[in-house]
Amino acid sequence: MATFKDFRNDVKPNWCPGCGDFSVQAAMQRAAANVGLEPQNLAVVSGIGCSGRISGYINSYGFHGIHGRSLPIAQGVKMANRDLTVIASGGDGDGYAIGMGHTIHAIRRNIDITYVVMDNQIYGLTKGQTSPRSAVGFKTKSTPMGSIEQSISPMEMALTVGATFVAQSFSTDLKDLTALIEAGINHKGFALINVFSPCVTYNKVNTYDWFKENLTKLSDVEGYDASNREMAMQTLMKHNGLVTGLIYQNNERPSYQELLTGYSEEPLVDSNLNLDQAHFDKLVAEFM
Amino acid sequence: MINQLSWKVGGQQGEGIESTGEIFAIALNRMGYYLYGYRHFSSRIKGGHTNNKIRVSTTEIRSISDDLDILVAFDQETIDVNYQELHSKGVILADSKFNPKKPEDTLASLYAVPFTEIATQLGTSLMKNMVAIGATSAVLDLDIQVFEVVVREIFGKKGDKVVAKNMEAIQAGFDYMKEQMEANVPTMVLEKADGKHRMYMIGNDAIALGALAAGCRFMAAYPITPASDIMEYLIKKLPALGGTVIQTEDEIAACTMTIGASYGGVRAITASSGPGLSLKMEAIGLAGITETPLVIVDTQRGGPSTGLPTKQEQSDLMAMIYGTHGEIPKIVMAPSTVQEAFYDTAEAFNLAEEYQCPVIVLSDLQLSLGKQTVEPLDVSKVEIRRGKLVTDELPEIENKGYFKRYEVTEDGVSPRTIPGMKNGIHHVTGVEHAETGKPSESAANRIAQMDKRFRKVESIRFNTPVYKNAPHEEADLLIVGFNSTRGAIEEAMIRLEKDGLKVNHAQIRLIHPFPTDEVLPLVRSAKKVIVVENNATGQLANIMKMNVGHAEKITKYLKYDGNPFLPHEVHSKCKELF
Repeated sequence: MATFKDFRNDVKPNWCPGCGDFSVQAAMQRAAANVGLEPQNLAVVSGIGCSGRISGYINSYGFHGIHGRSLPIAQGVKMANRDLTVIASGGDGDGYAIGMGHTIHAIRRNIDITYVVMDNQIYGLTKGQTSPRSAVGFKTKSTPMGSIEQSISPMEMALTVGATFVAQSFSTDLKDLTALIEAGINHKGFALINVFSPCVTYNKVNTYDWFKENLTKLSDVEGYDASNREMAMQTLMKHNGLVTGLIYQNNERPSYQELLTGYSEEPLVDSNLNLDQAHFDKLVAEFM
Repeated sequence: MINQLSWKVGGQQGEGIESTGEIFAIALNRMGYYLYGYRHFSSRIKGGHTNNKIRVSTTEIRSISDDLDILVAFDQETIDVNYQELHSKGVILADSKFNPKKPEDTLASLYAVPFTEIATQLGTSLMKNMVAIGATSAVLDLDIQVFEVVVREIFGKKGDKVVAKNMEAIQAGFDYMKEQMEANVPTMVLEKADGKHRMYMIGNDAIALGALAAGCRFMAAYPITPASDIMEYLIKKLPALGGTVIQTEDEIAACTMTIGASYGGVRAITASSGPGLSLKMEAIGLAGITETPLVIVDTQRGGPSTGLPTKQEQSDLMAMIYGTHGEIPKIVMAPSTVQEAFYDTAEAFNLAEEYQCPVIVLSDLQLSLGKQTVEPLDVSKVEIRRGKLVTDELPEIENKGYFKRYEVTEDGVSPRTIPGMKNGIHHVTGVEHAETGKPSESAANRIAQMDKRFRKVESIRFNTPVYKNAPHEEADLLIVGFNSTRGAIEEAMIRLEKDGLKVNHAQIRLIHPFPTDEVLPLVRSAKKVIVVENNATGQLANIMKMNVGHAEKITKYLKYDGNPFLPHEVHSKCKELF
């Protein structure tokens, strides 16, 4: 059985010292080992940005695609091989700006993959511009007078478009984050995990200390029930989205693959490619 | 007796014009005639003039006809828009309901037939189309029983009564017209056909069938005219093979999801038209640099932007060859017949895996939507070749090293492992990378990887990169085209030969890499070269000049009004050169 060390490779991440993404990487590696995966059975697909590099730092199949498109690539990989565990990942710019359309539709579609967003409320790799997660008033190179656009609430958004698994974590909570990624992998459907992963270089507002002061653990909220969508929405609104833990999970709704008519039980990748003559004749006869 | 007939039915969109044409055409196809259809339609569902022109012949045809024998009109607009196509002995069969008026400058005859009135008397005005088919049959002296099977197939599930009523409507139209004709209408009687059963299909059907024959099991696509039929066909047929189609949220998702599935090891396809291809361009570059096999269909329509979304054009050529920023190896093929669309699409999957690069199957609206009779397709001729896809167990790599997915090889093609394979782990990235896929910005590595990628297509093997009908060692004229212009060029060539000119014809099937070796001798041995294409700038002509030179010989014949070339147009343009 593989241990989390088996998911390490020899590439030294080019993240800044202190970046939240290091912990996300560690949590992903631990979660993969904890659920019993072998490295070759995991595919990590990532977008573009600092966090997008994560697929290159894990010893597994990894696909570093184009900006905002990790989700359609990841869904394609999963459709090709339903036996693989597929984790898509990227930053808040990747998932909630350029790739927002895919995020919403991947949630609706509910293909069985896990999406980990490293949310630092800033564009890091392009050296500090506003992100759709930046708060109103947040000053960046592209918003020198402070952001005047409303910030996106990804967890509430996910609930409104029919998410079956919504969770949020903080990169320093390695244990909780690992457990949530494991739960996301085990969830039969699309799992969205938003991780507050501070940018120590360009975001001087949403720092580690800031999060420590402002985050509420759902485990500390009395009577919180993650199967109750209404409660999830109310709690998110009450805490301005700043909660961590499993926000909502719906185990009733089958995944996309389970609902598909005719979709092979065996991984598609193993199918016999030859179309036999009888089958072809039947197809052709319809045009006669 | 005639061996060819051109029939057109027109009216308002949503009036059943298309199904009238379908019933007429399917019945004749089953009698063994060769058909070639052209649909004039607009980007709307109800209203607006639409027509369906069907050419019928006892021999194979691949072009719409120059003129028209019979025009069935359900409104005056149909007459006004189309009467000039009618030759002097042509016939207009028009619904008496709208008091049809014959334009003064035509010698064709007009018959006002109470299509709607007869249909209403029989139960419902919806059957006016059937009455029109009956009236047509009278002019052609066709036994209307040929329609019974088709009518039953279409209306059978509504019960025998509906079938009988529709047949009654055909009979009534037939009887009415026969009576009118007694004295003065020359009957157009078609020579008997060979009675063989052949397929009657559109190019998009053949593309989709080709994908199935090649083992394609996944498609991701976004609806767009004139490509959606491919997706709709595969949605119906893939589940029986365990596969599926996902209608994505946009064209970018369609392309990247296809890339994901293909990286996952499944043969996958996406199809669109120009606007969709524009959106897919960044992803095509990703497939190029990550060396992921990718099969994309581009059914060209009038551009740019929304352009002429339901009209014929061939203006995506340069975009397909050069589109995506940066430089990648790419294969662009352009089938010119429905048969070729089937075999070429199947072959596209082989080339995509063998060369690990994007393969674009270029079609155009007329090839994709022109419904026509097709000679049998042979699935046993479809090979499945997967190139350097690793199938054997791999040895363990020391110290968790990565598999050399981008190994620099002599032919540029590297062994390919897919997720799930033990000891095949590697990284894939759109960032320039070294042999294991790990990012690298070193100048030496950049050159090695760029050269390796471009080496792949240097030696591309494609069975028939150029369709050639070149009977002359020394020709007066070489006519060159691609995609659906083939039929019009073929017919023009026959007429030019009759005029005493020595003519060769080349239809380019592999647009990129350009088959210079095949085309250059033809250009050299011709006094003049004319490139016939449906665009405004002469894209193929320019590509030829770049690759084979001889700019002084090459003339462009361009048409970009949204309509396909007619044989007589190509004929007269070519004659002008001499």
